[in-house]
Amino acid sequence: MNLEFETGIQRKQKERRYKLIEIAVILTAIIILAAILPSVIPAFRLRLIGRFLSLAIVALGIDLIWGYTGLLSLGHGIFFALGGYALAMYLKLQLPEAQIPSFFTLYGVQELPWIWQPFYSFPFTVLALFIIPGIVAGLIGYLVFRNRIKGVYFSILTQAALLVFYNFFNGQQELINGTNGLKTDTEQIFGVLVSSSGVQRTFYIITVIALFLVYLLCRWLTSGRFGRLLKAIRDDETRVRFSGYDPTGYKVLVFAISGAIAGIAGALYTVQTGIITPSIMQVAFSIEMVIWVAVGGRGTLIGAIIGTLLVRLAQTFLSESFPEIWLFFQGALFLIVVTVLPDGIVGWWQDYGWVKLRSLLGGNQPLVTYPSLAEDPDVQQERDSMSGN
Amino acid sequence: MSKILEIENLTVSFDGFKALNNLNFSMDSGELRVIIGPNGAGKTTFLDVITGKVQPTQGRVLFKGKNIQKLPEYKIARLGIGRKFQTPRVYLNLTVRENLDLVCNQNKNVFSTLFGRPNSGEQRTVAGLLETIGLDTKANLSANLLSHGEKQRLEIGMLVAQSPDLLLVDEPAAGLTDEETENVGALLLSLAESHSIVAIEHDMEFVRQIANDKVTVLHQGALLCEGTMEEVQNDPRVIEVYLGEAPE
Repeated sequence: MNLEFETGIQRKQKERRYKLIEIAVILTAIIILAAILPSVIPAFRLRLIGRFLSLAIVALGIDLIWGYTGLLSLGHGIFFALGGYALAMYLKLQLPEAQIPSFFTLYGVQELPWIWQPFYSFPFTVLALFIIPGIVAGLIGYLVFRNRIKGVYFSILTQAALLVFYNFFNGQQELINGTNGLKTDTEQIFGVLVSSSGVQRTFYIITVIALFLVYLLCRWLTSGRFGRLLKAIRDDETRVRFSGYDPTGYKVLVFAISGAIAGIAGALYTVQTGIITPSIMQVAFSIEMVIWVAVGGRGTLIGAIIGTLLVRLAQTFLSESFPEIWLFFQGALFLIVVTVLPDGIVGWWQDYGWVKLRSLLGGNQPLVTYPSLAEDPDVQQERDSMSGN
Repeated sequence: MSKILEIENLTVSFDGFKALNNLNFSMDSGELRVIIGPNGAGKTTFLDVITGKVQPTQGRVLFKGKNIQKLPEYKIARLGIGRKFQTPRVYLNLTVRENLDLVCNQNKNVFSTLFGRPNSGEQRTVAGLLETIGLDTKANLSANLLSHGEKQRLEIGMLVAQSPDLLLVDEPAAGLTDEETENVGALLLSLAESHSIVAIEHDMEFVRQIANDKVTVLHQGALLCEGTMEEVQNDPRVIEVYLGEAPE
């Protein structure tokens, strides 16, 4: 009994140490990203990194629902686009009094459609860019989860929804300029050109902060009882029902949060790209989001960020150096991850890489056994004598 | 004594096949009832109907006098019916303690789970349960490191953590060694002091260990006979359909 008590305290100390290490790593990453990087690399590259970081935000949202809750969404492009369009509409309306965005004249529209009206307001836009995708995700989620649609059927449904939105946005020329999309680079925000380096740098720093805050939100959601229940739903939803929980509410909430996160990511991606078009809702892009998470490691959060940055940086580097064959590299990367690293990079590191590194540095290989075995004096003696020679 | 569970004229048919056929059943509160029957007798369907997983084609299920038909599974669970599955179903990626804590949670709404913290009463319940099921030294181990028998005990512990009035236990001794079977049997008997239990079982040795009250025999979705273990064993109909020949 005494032994058990001691190991409990040891475990707590260990947890605290890991927490301190984690905080240190995060703070270092933020300082490097937000303070050092902008002054070191050229503005064009910084804008690129800013886009990757905003994609990392949506990857966090995917990890939350796929890695933790087991819901594989292939339709997050919807929520990403809704966030992007919300901010782009606000920017399009930064015009002198009584003018409407110029593309409307192409289609003979004289009056601003009612749906654009609220986007004159900046606070409304900021709220809308995550609340609207959140509500849409919540509605889709409610309809799907209430009817107990899950697994591959859920994935197919999300993809079908994505196609519906894609075709709808493409067809709405008189409303949102259809296929041509909304260009943001030439618009102004608070009287300054959006594409100017000062505004872009501000958006970059906002992206870093948003990534940090979304990471914290996801950490909070996935720790504690709520997070454990998400894992329980992922592993055995029927059991959860028989334990007196209604999984529908949990899944709707977490799907809505994930949609809202995608909306934030979409808005930040749009202003750092310069344009949003319905092509952002192409099936391939939504699937790519899932691939980032798979490469980094499902259910780890940090893996989602690492995976996104890695895949996207590799894409940029390879497409610049080997424009003809870079797609083959990308395919090879995914094949390697699926066959060799099924738990992604972070999963591999946790299970194998870290242990290997420690033993290379001369540390002990930690053995995972039952406490009764690990604390058995005979066993310990045996182990010591074996490592001694 | 009041009835905890009453089942009236229950029929469940899957595409015309009657898994349960006009079944009548009732048990007193505080009773440990063992249900036996050959394969396909409808034992598991019987539990499915009580827990709301399957809707009956006909008939009623009354729990403490209240009709629980049409209620979703989680509401039935909250009313006080806990179910243990045939194969142990615990959350493998959580630790033993976390498994129990999740079920122990008194308010299972989304937001109270998100914002609430485990109170000291719940923590005490978990600590007590860990001891009851004999897993207190393995509390912080991930459940996938447990042996089959330990998982069975953990699942029974999770069932109790729900603080139900009625426990439904589906073949708790399946796949266990003799020693583990006896452990599980002793655990069930000690739980029977404070809960009503329905246990479905195949293993006659185990049935003899736990069947102090009545035994119900199901056959082809209907009740064949009911009585003490002694009576049931000597009933010619039971011998014919289930035991095949007279026991030694």
